[in-house]
Amino acid sequence: MVGITAYGGYVPKRRLPRSVIVEANGWFNSALKGYSKGERSMCNWDEDALTMAVAASRDCLDKTRPDDIKAIYLASTTLPFTDRQNSGILGTALNLGQNMMTMDITSSQRAATSGLVNALNVAKGMRGSALFATGEHRRSKTANNNELMYGDGGAALLLGNEDVVAEYLGAGQIAVDFVDHYRGQNADFDYNWEERWIRDEGFVKIVPDAVQAALENTGLSAEEIDHFVMPGTIRNIASMVGKRCGVREDAARDNLHGVMGEAGTSHSLVMLVDCLQDAEPNQVIMVIGWGQGCDALVFRTTDKLSTMANRLGIKGHLAHRKEETNYNKFLAFNGLVQQDGGLRSETDKQTALTTLYRNKEMVIGFVGGKCEQCGTVQYPKSRICVNPNCGAINTQEDHQMAESSATIQSWTADNLTYAPDPPHHFGMVTFGEGGRMMADFTDVDEGGVAVGDEFHLVFRIKAADERRGFNKYFWKAAPKVQAS
Amino acid sequence: MATGIKDKVAILGMGCSKFGERWDCDAEDLIVEAYQEAIVDAGIQTSQIDAAWFATAIEEVHVGKSGVPLSVALRLPNIAVTRVENFCASGTEAFRGAVYAVASGAADIALALGVEKLKDTGYGGLPQRGAGPLNDMIRNNGSAPGGFAQLATAYSQKHGVDMATVKKAIGSISVKSHANGVKNPKAHLRKAIPLETVLAAPMIAAPLGLYDCCGVSDGSAAAIVTTPEIAKSMGKHELITVKALQLAVSNGQESGHNSWDGSYFLTTRKAAERAYKEAGIEKPREQISMFECHDCFSITEMVTMEDLYISNEGEAWRDVLDGFYNADGQVPCQIDGGLKCFGHPIGASGLRMLYEMYGQLLGRAGERQLKDPTFGMTHNLGGQPHQNVSSVAIIGRDGA
Repeated sequence: MVGITAYGGYVPKRRLPRSVIVEANGWFNSALKGYSKGERSMCNWDEDALTMAVAASRDCLDKTRPDDIKAIYLASTTLPFTDRQNSGILGTALNLGQNMMTMDITSSQRAATSGLVNALNVAKGMRGSALFATGEHRRSKTANNNELMYGDGGAALLLGNEDVVAEYLGAGQIAVDFVDHYRGQNADFDYNWEERWIRDEGFVKIVPDAVQAALENTGLSAEEIDHFVMPGTIRNIASMVGKRCGVREDAARDNLHGVMGEAGTSHSLVMLVDCLQDAEPNQVIMVIGWGQGCDALVFRTTDKLSTMANRLGIKGHLAHRKEETNYNKFLAFNGLVQQDGGLRSETDKQTALTTLYRNKEMVIGFVGGKCEQCGTVQYPKSRICVNPNCGAINTQEDHQMAESSATIQSWTADNLTYAPDPPHHFGMVTFGEGGRMMADFTDVDEGGVAVGDEFHLVFRIKAADERRGFNKYFWKAAPKVQAS
Repeated sequence: MATGIKDKVAILGMGCSKFGERWDCDAEDLIVEAYQEAIVDAGIQTSQIDAAWFATAIEEVHVGKSGVPLSVALRLPNIAVTRVENFCASGTEAFRGAVYAVASGAADIALALGVEKLKDTGYGGLPQRGAGPLNDMIRNNGSAPGGFAQLATAYSQKHGVDMATVKKAIGSISVKSHANGVKNPKAHLRKAIPLETVLAAPMIAAPLGLYDCCGVSDGSAAAIVTTPEIAKSMGKHELITVKALQLAVSNGQESGHNSWDGSYFLTTRKAAERAYKEAGIEKPREQISMFECHDCFSITEMVTMEDLYISNEGEAWRDVLDGFYNADGQVPCQIDGGLKCFGHPIGASGLRMLYEMYGQLLGRAGERQLKDPTFGMTHNLGGQPHQNVSSVAIIGRDGA
């Protein structure tokens, strides 16, 4: 039996109420006023598709680093690198080793579901497991409808043949070059066509064909679908299409528009994870992926679903929420305004690729050292033990630090240094298993940090080398996401 | 056991430029300004200098690398010029080089000169610069005040002193230094400030406000050293000799091992212990007449008062509030106004501090003159509290 063996999700902490966007742009585009309800998730300045995929994957792996992962897939249309394998960075960040297949899947809102069909087909009968991750951080022009509709987020699935929580039954796939929107190679933003046409000629006509194909391939009937997971920013589109397909009215899942918006190609899996978090064993889930055609994947949950250790998933991250009412901050974080960073921001941020390669585990994987002689954990790993009572040479073995807790020993809120979201919080954190580091903080509120607070570590953009188009990644300390 | 430097080297002359935003000066002008005073004070010719040590820290924003800029500026007669950089201890390092050269017999007369021209960056605060390709990947973002501010949170936590009291104590430190700086024509900032102004100032890095931070300025200072015998042979009678020169450098323990609590400077304690031993000082609170410590930030000064063993641990805030370190207190600290009023042209600062101690010991400090000082101590702290270079120098009357 092949299927999903674990899931994880991620939604950035910040939520921008749509009313804030409407208030800022309604004067120009009065049509926006009809969409002022609810809120959308928004990335912090140091988040992107990759960091969200890492966060979702960590949630999925639940602090473990399985040594049987044979493949890593990363699906997104907003990957930070066009020519540097992003899934390779994901694998390094997760410390999953290098004996595996890694692959980026992109270019369509259907990338995640199409990739998932393939990954499941490959995983069938495969020894070991595969990690399928996705993250999406789409930008839109200001005063465009998309600004209200989009949200940022990610999801991750572990695929395998043992301890399956949702068995993969099969899929139906339809390929049609139906261009409801596109984003050319050098374009920053999507270009959209009329919504009514997309609904009537697109969703309503193409999705049912995929649903039908999936049902035929799995031998199920539409009434048997307990959860119809279909993204779509058109109001009630899932119910409308579901009804046409014969899906029960109560099966259409909430598309999370009210609480986060649509996370692009990730959204099918975001909704799937959200669904798995409240699905019962032995229920049928159909997942729709839309974009120049349609994918319809069918899963059946198993008894293992209820015994799988809890993940924060989408629901946990949705509950970890901070309202952001500063629209200008949204614009700045998304590069939608020409902000004067000041002279201090002008330092050269070139990355020495040789240095990065030598130290990729240290930098990207956050691997420190543990002295075999005295047991002292230290970061960075070094040739001579830092313990003043030890000093042993060449005794440090690799020690993964990313899942350690990080307790704040001292901190400050720095108004002088250049930071995209001042004041810049940072401080000395001590790790649960030993070791310490002067760490940048992220996702903190001014006045919300105290000595003794227990943070956790997150993989984020350290700095963007805009001159060369290179994001520098590293680990930061952030308030723990509490399970609700 | 090394015999140490005590009384092996005398200061023949010193000079110090006016510190400040010297918009009309290049580094070369500042070098010459400090040097001219020093050479006149020493009563020698340039041709008598055997070797020179040149301190600059952020050379990329002014003179560039090597000893050449000093040699060219002063038209030195092709002698050895060694450029030194060791964070904020750079000036003291240059002094150390010159002193050791004389003590070793390699030079009869040596020059130490530090300069920094920082006001050509286009913004306030220290110039932004990288720390090398790997460090830039894994080190936190943050300014100097951001790093030092954390001493305050850790100190407050460790000693159970509430932050309002810490703020008041460190604010009083700045008030005291400004009061001293008013009397110093070479200081950059010469304006007394009330505590209320300090406490109400904009926050730079919590809990450090604007007046908790020293300024950034341009400046240069120089020392010419020789042996006591040569100095005497040149007719110098009141000799000021070097009593101790110590440097302690972090080895990663504070930043990487959980034994350090963030509330003090491990290095300063070690350098101070060694310096007192070298100088033969057993009770620093009673024997040190005055000192200049590295008040890059007011909290640095307060913690350093303890790390130099003048105040007991956890009690410096009380000494400060009691006026112990004021000009009329028991051990005046920053009698010249400190970094707070001079700003911090990095390569020059250590020598600027020695210049004041030297002047005080010779009774040349004018309005600021303290009564009969015997030992003057200087201290520099470069880097960040969790990884730094700390220097302690003690000079005093010959024979003391």
